[in-house]
Amino acid sequence: MSADGSTPAIGRRHFLIGAGVVAGGLAAGTLLRPYLVGGRGGAAPKEFKPHAFLRIADDDTVTVIIGKSEMGQGVYTGLPMILAEELDFDPQRLKVEIAPVDPVFNHPFLPAQFTGGSMSTNTTYESLRHVGAMARSMLVTAAAARWGVDASTLRTEAGKVIDTAGRELRYGELAESAAALPLPAKETIRLKDPKTFSYIGKPQKRLDSRVKVTGEAVFGIDVDLPGMLMATVARAPVFGASVKSFDDTRARSVPGVVDIKQVPSGVAVIAEHTWAALKGREALSVEWDDADGKKLSTEALRSEWQALAAKPGIVGQNIGDTAKALASGSRRIEVEYELPYLAHACMEPMNATALVKDDDCDLWLGTQSQSQDAQFVAAALGIDPKNVRVHTTFLGGGFGRRASADSDFAVEAAHVAKGVGKPVKVVWTREDDMRRGYYRPYSISKVRAAIGADGLPSAFHQVIVGKPVLANTAMGKMAVSKEGLDPSSVEGTANMAYPIPNLRVEVHNTTEAVPILWWRSVGHSINGFVANGVIDELAALAKRDPYEYRQAMLADKPRYRAVLDAAAELAGWGQPLPAGRHRGIALQESFGSIVAQVAEVSVTGKEVRVHRVSCTVDCGIAVNPDQVVAQMESAINYGLCAVLESEITIRDGVAVQGNFDSYPVLRMAAAPQIDVRIVNSDGPIGGIGEPGTPPIAPAVCGAIFAATSKRIRRLPLSASLS
Amino acid sequence: MISLKVNGVERQIDVDPDMPLLWALRDLLKLTGTKYGCGIAQCGACTVHLDGQPMRSCVMPVSAVGSAEIRTVEGLSGAAATHPVQQAWIELDVVQCGYCQSGQVMAAAALIEQNPAPTDADIDAAMNGNICRCGTYPRIRAAVKRAAEIKRAGTAA
Repeated sequence: MSADGSTPAIGRRHFLIGAGVVAGGLAAGTLLRPYLVGGRGGAAPKEFKPHAFLRIADDDTVTVIIGKSEMGQGVYTGLPMILAEELDFDPQRLKVEIAPVDPVFNHPFLPAQFTGGSMSTNTTYESLRHVGAMARSMLVTAAAARWGVDASTLRTEAGKVIDTAGRELRYGELAESAAALPLPAKETIRLKDPKTFSYIGKPQKRLDSRVKVTGEAVFGIDVDLPGMLMATVARAPVFGASVKSFDDTRARSVPGVVDIKQVPSGVAVIAEHTWAALKGREALSVEWDDADGKKLSTEALRSEWQALAAKPGIVGQNIGDTAKALASGSRRIEVEYELPYLAHACMEPMNATALVKDDDCDLWLGTQSQSQDAQFVAAALGIDPKNVRVHTTFLGGGFGRRASADSDFAVEAAHVAKGVGKPVKVVWTREDDMRRGYYRPYSISKVRAAIGADGLPSAFHQVIVGKPVLANTAMGKMAVSKEGLDPSSVEGTANMAYPIPNLRVEVHNTTEAVPILWWRSVGHSINGFVANGVIDELAALAKRDPYEYRQAMLADKPRYRAVLDAAAELAGWGQPLPAGRHRGIALQESFGSIVAQVAEVSVTGKEVRVHRVSCTVDCGIAVNPDQVVAQMESAINYGLCAVLESEITIRDGVAVQGNFDSYPVLRMAAAPQIDVRIVNSDGPIGGIGEPGTPPIAPAVCGAIFAATSKRIRRLPLSASLS
Repeated sequence: MISLKVNGVERQIDVDPDMPLLWALRDLLKLTGTKYGCGIAQCGACTVHLDGQPMRSCVMPVSAVGSAEIRTVEGLSGAAATHPVQQAWIELDVVQCGYCQSGQVMAAAALIEQNPAPTDADIDAAMNGNICRCGTYPRIRAAVKRAAEIKRAGTAA
């Protein structure tokens, strides 16, 4: 995209959501379909709309409509690229529009519009290619008819159909005639040979950069509607507590406060602007029914769970005979790993705007889970889900939080807005966001493991204690076995890349009142740490180098070996380092991609400094390689927060940490140099948003062991090294 | 009535003098490019310039602004994105979710205004107050240097 903004790739139309609403007023039908708002002025162009994903206008504007939510992972660039490849159109000239909620944008495996699980590219790749190829074929047919030639003699290039004599017709010139053609049968559509790709596999600049450096991009918190009110909600600080009574006399006298009402999650203060809503909430006095909840603490859970981890749990994996192998193993370890609750801490705190009228609701929000939001809001309001329209904005981070199990922030906004008759935006403060729960689960594991005569692992037995993630979401019914096994609790060790002849993984499902949720890479960020940590411990027991040990284990798995070897080579494993620096290595497969990382670390007293991370990834096809690199950088830095300092602890039923002063996250001065190499393979397309997170914790802790001989089994390091 | 000079325009607002500048900009003046992230000057998402100095608008009462000239991200170059920092950010594909980037861009713009050739240490010091949960730090570091280069080239020409 040109830096002067002359070809804004995400069109102004998209960003006219707010402006269009202002112009059209609340009565306008366009409010309900913001993706139609805007336009170029004057007569509407004649458009070719072969599919819900694509429009081509007679002025050559090509608009791709994307049903996945953009939360940083680059889907507003990578997905349009796939369509543009088959269409033969320069992706930088595309406009991208945020899709409405419509079954055509549903996830292929789930009856819902949903963005998560690192599945956006691999679940839409074929359909986007197909739509691009179909449109191209129809444009060629239209050109052939106009010139009176055989379609097979024509070719396409960068938005034009070209004949053997060199005549050209732009797609815009063909849009009207193409629109009159019948859609070709699916089996007649020919896709390109990947060897001839012009765009897929080559770096493409993000299409949303310009609007994100000028302040134009509209996030949920930026939504502005005529007559809109702002609200805050006083929620119970203690998990599981509810409102007993409240006195709003003082709060109602705060200038700008419009109304105060009880909602299921607490007491809402509705005001003319955010500041009044905050001041009004401060002036509220609420008595909570929280006696039971106050007993909850991380300390109490720890001792309870440590005892539980010594008992047999639900079996999640059982290969060979672990008990026998442990009994006969020549050398054994018995260790305990502990990982804390973690907040997602998206930069944009939770928020949602709702307009509720009779049996009808409009929602504006950054969400990963549009269909579920509509269903849950409809249920909360007692209306038909068809009458709930979800208008997706940009997401100021997601990491799983914006696909919450019960659509908490959407449902709450609907409750607050009910009966108001005007749009109400519920804004969460950072403390609201951080203390509300929906954390990565707290987890304690006991592992007994042994090595055989060859020094390689012969047995690995893990008992995990923690609250199951999928079981606590709408996917629970589908995902959890009748025995109560939630695969997300055991993923990362039960299916680890390293072959272990005797592997048994068991789990105890806990039920504490803390809401938990998928957190970037879900079970892999927990069990990937345990798996790689234990492998490191066994390598040390065998007196072997952790890289060479992994090489030996992966000898018969060439795809994994290639990624591992490439990371070691990129990092210069075995070559001398500056004084005081040490390396650690880890490899984890998750979401269909294999990632290996080498961390270069120094330790001074209790201070751990990560200087450099070398990262390799095999994700099959890298559609937009530079964004694959960007996601590795992002996932590493996100995971590093969890290594170094971030943790949520519970005391007297309340989350102790509430803001970035008590929940430190990675900042510029601590951010390492990151080198990423994509290892090409012919494997299927893997995910990319999450798989970079799991290896960083064990890689850093392996390096700390190399530096200090201290084994880190509890994160964050601030808890472990104190 | 409080008078504010924002992006070169004189604006009058009738507000509680304690209201942080952030909410005045966002809710009253509809300049939503400046973001709320923490409310306690810990994350930098609300960074604006006051007389060219980067300030955290979430903790600055609107009454404390006085006659200082406020510049928000919208006032850097309008929609054109021609400021050297914006050019560098686009060139190096810095943004991910983008929420913190208004603040990052404003902090970087102030840095290269004061320091035409910032080193890694200068960048660490100037940018350490701006959190990015997408972890775009390596690209921000490179883009600050690139922005300084673009600015120097522009100044030289």
